Amino acid sequence: MSTVVIVGAGPAGLRAAEQLVQAGLRPVLIDEAPRIGGQIYRQPPATLQRRPADLYGFEAGKATALFERFAALLPNLDHRPDTLVWQIEDRTLHLLSGGRSQTLAFDALILATGATDRVLPFPGWTLPGVFTLGAAQVALKAQASLIGPRVVFAGTGPLLYLVAWQYVQAGGQVQAVLDTAPPEARRRALPGLLARPAVAAKGAWLLARLALAGVPVRRGVQLQRAEGEGRVSRLHWQQHGRPQSTECDAIGFGHGLRSETQLADLAGCAFDFDPLDQAWLPRRDAAGRSSVPGVYLAGDGAAILGADAAELAGARAALALLQDCGHPVPAAHAQALEEALVPQRRFRESLETLCPLPADWAAQAPDALVVCRCEEVTAGELRACVAETGTREMNRLKAHTRIGMGRCQGRMCAPGASRLLAQAAGCSLAEVGRLRSQPPVKPVPIAVLGASAPQVAPVPEDQRDD
Amino acid sequence: MSTKPLLQRVAIGPRQSVPFELDGVACSGFEGDTVLTAVLAQGAVLRHSEFSDAPRAGFCLMGACQDCWMNTADGQRLRACSTLLQAGMRLSTRWPA
Repeated sequence: MSTVVIVGAGPAGLRAAEQLVQAGLRPVLIDEAPRIGGQIYRQPPATLQRRPADLYGFEAGKATALFERFAALLPNLDHRPDTLVWQIEDRTLHLLSGGRSQTLAFDALILATGATDRVLPFPGWTLPGVFTLGAAQVALKAQASLIGPRVVFAGTGPLLYLVAWQYVQAGGQVQAVLDTAPPEARRRALPGLLARPAVAAKGAWLLARLALAGVPVRRGVQLQRAEGEGRVSRLHWQQHGRPQSTECDAIGFGHGLRSETQLADLAGCAFDFDPLDQAWLPRRDAAGRSSVPGVYLAGDGAAILGADAAELAGARAALALLQDCGHPVPAAHAQALEEALVPQRRFRESLETLCPLPADWAAQAPDALVVCRCEEVTAGELRACVAETGTREMNRLKAHTRIGMGRCQGRMCAPGASRLLAQAAGCSLAEVGRLRSQPPVKPVPIAVLGASAPQVAPVPEDQRDD
Repeated sequence: MSTKPLLQRVAIGPRQSVPFELDGVACSGFEGDTVLTAVLAQGAVLRHSEFSDAPRAGFCLMGACQDCWMNTADGQRLRACSTLLQAGMRLSTRWPA
C-alpha cells in the first residue's frame, strides 16, 4: 500500500492515525489547524501557555492523553498542519498550504472532517458581537479571551450549558442562558440519557453550578431579535408568550452541530437523509466504510456523536481500512469498538429529545430575516422564489437566489434555508435535498486554482473559430 | 458607534507585545494572537459587508463562516480568525479606495 491519508486531526483522525501506525503504516495526517486536537481539544498557540484544566475542564485528562499519544506517534506520521484540502478528484487531494497548491494522490482516505455549529438565525445575528457557541469557546480555549463583557448564551444543545459554565469560571459576566428547548423535554429524555450516566451527571452538575453562580437559566424560549448600533446591545426573546429582553455586549448561540461533509461529497460518496441529525450525511457501514471503495468516514463529520464516539469511530474506520487492504486485524477489537458505539448512539438520540430544534422556526422567521450572511439573502426572497418558480429543491433555490453560493458555501445558511424551503413548498426537509458541494470548499487564491487546472491541449489551427 | 472591544483577555502571560496598524492607527496585540483577537481586543469591527456595508466582526472563529476576511494596506486579503498576528501588519476594516 502506498499512500494512506487522514483528513482532520481531531479525536477521530488521531485515533485512526494511531491504529494505522501500530499496523506499520506511515499515514499522512492533514489538518487545517496549526496544532492537533480538532475543535473540541483545540490548542492555543504554543506561546500562549495554559493549563489543560483551564482549557478543557472535565475533559482535560482525555485531551492530555490524546496529545501524549500523538507525540509518541509523530515520528511515524507525515503530519501536515496548516493545510486545507480544497478539492478531491480522481483519487487525488488538492491541498493549499502557505499560499501554495499541491496535489496528493491517495490509495486510501479517512475523512474525519468534524463539525461546526448548526445555527437557526434570528434577526440581528449579523451584528458584531453575535457569535456561535463554538466561537465563544474557541475565543476562550485558543485565545484566552471572552466575548462580552456581558454575554448571553442562547439556542440549544449540550454546548449551551458547557460554554456558559466555562465563561462563569473564567470570570465572564453571563447575563442569561436562554434554552429554546421546551422544559418538558428533560423528563422525556431522562431514561435514554442514562445510557451514559457519567455524562448525564456532568450535565446535571453544570446546571447546578450555573444556578449556584446566579446565572438565570430560561427554558422554552423563542429568540426574537438582536439589536444595537454597530454592535449588539440587546437580545429580545419570549417565554410563555411574554416578551422580554436582556442587555448584553455579546451573544453566543447555536442549535447543536452540523457535519462538515463537503469533502465526502467531492470524493463521490453517496448520501442519505439522516432523521436524527435532520441532515444529509454520507452513507457508511458500522465500520465507517463509505460507498466509495477506499474512502472511510469517522467522527462528527460523518454524523454528530461527539468526541468520545469520534475516538471509537476513528479507530474502527482505520481497522476497516486495514482489513480491506489485507492486514491482519483482531476481529474482537473491531467488534468491541462497534459495540462501544451503540450506547453513544442511544445517548445522542436522547440528547436530540432533550435539545430539539425549534419546530416552528421556519414558520416564525420574518421575511426580513437575513438567512445568508455572506450575501444577505433574506427569508422573504427565498419565499418569493418558491412562490414564483415553484421550486422544491435546494440547488434550484440556490440558482435563483444565490443562497449557499457565498464564501461559506452554505455552511452557515443551509440549515435555515432548507427549513424555509420545506416550509414554503409544503414538503419535508428530506425532499428539498442538499446543496451539492463545489470546489474549492473554502476560498483559495485564484492563482492556486489556475495552477491546478488541467493543461488544455491547444486547438489545432484548422479547427479554430477565429 | 461604540469602540468598546468585543473581546476581553483573561490571560496574557509572559508574551511579547506585537505592534500592528488598524485603519492607519498604531495598535498592539500579543504574540500568539490571531488577527481577529488582536483587532477585536481593540474594537468591534473587522470588515464591512460588500452588500449592505454593515459592520461585521466574524462569527464562527473556526474558519467555516468566512465572515472575517480583512484587507491589508498592501492589497492582500486574510482570514482573521485563522491568521496569526505578525509585527507590522497594516490591517483595514474597509475595502481599498
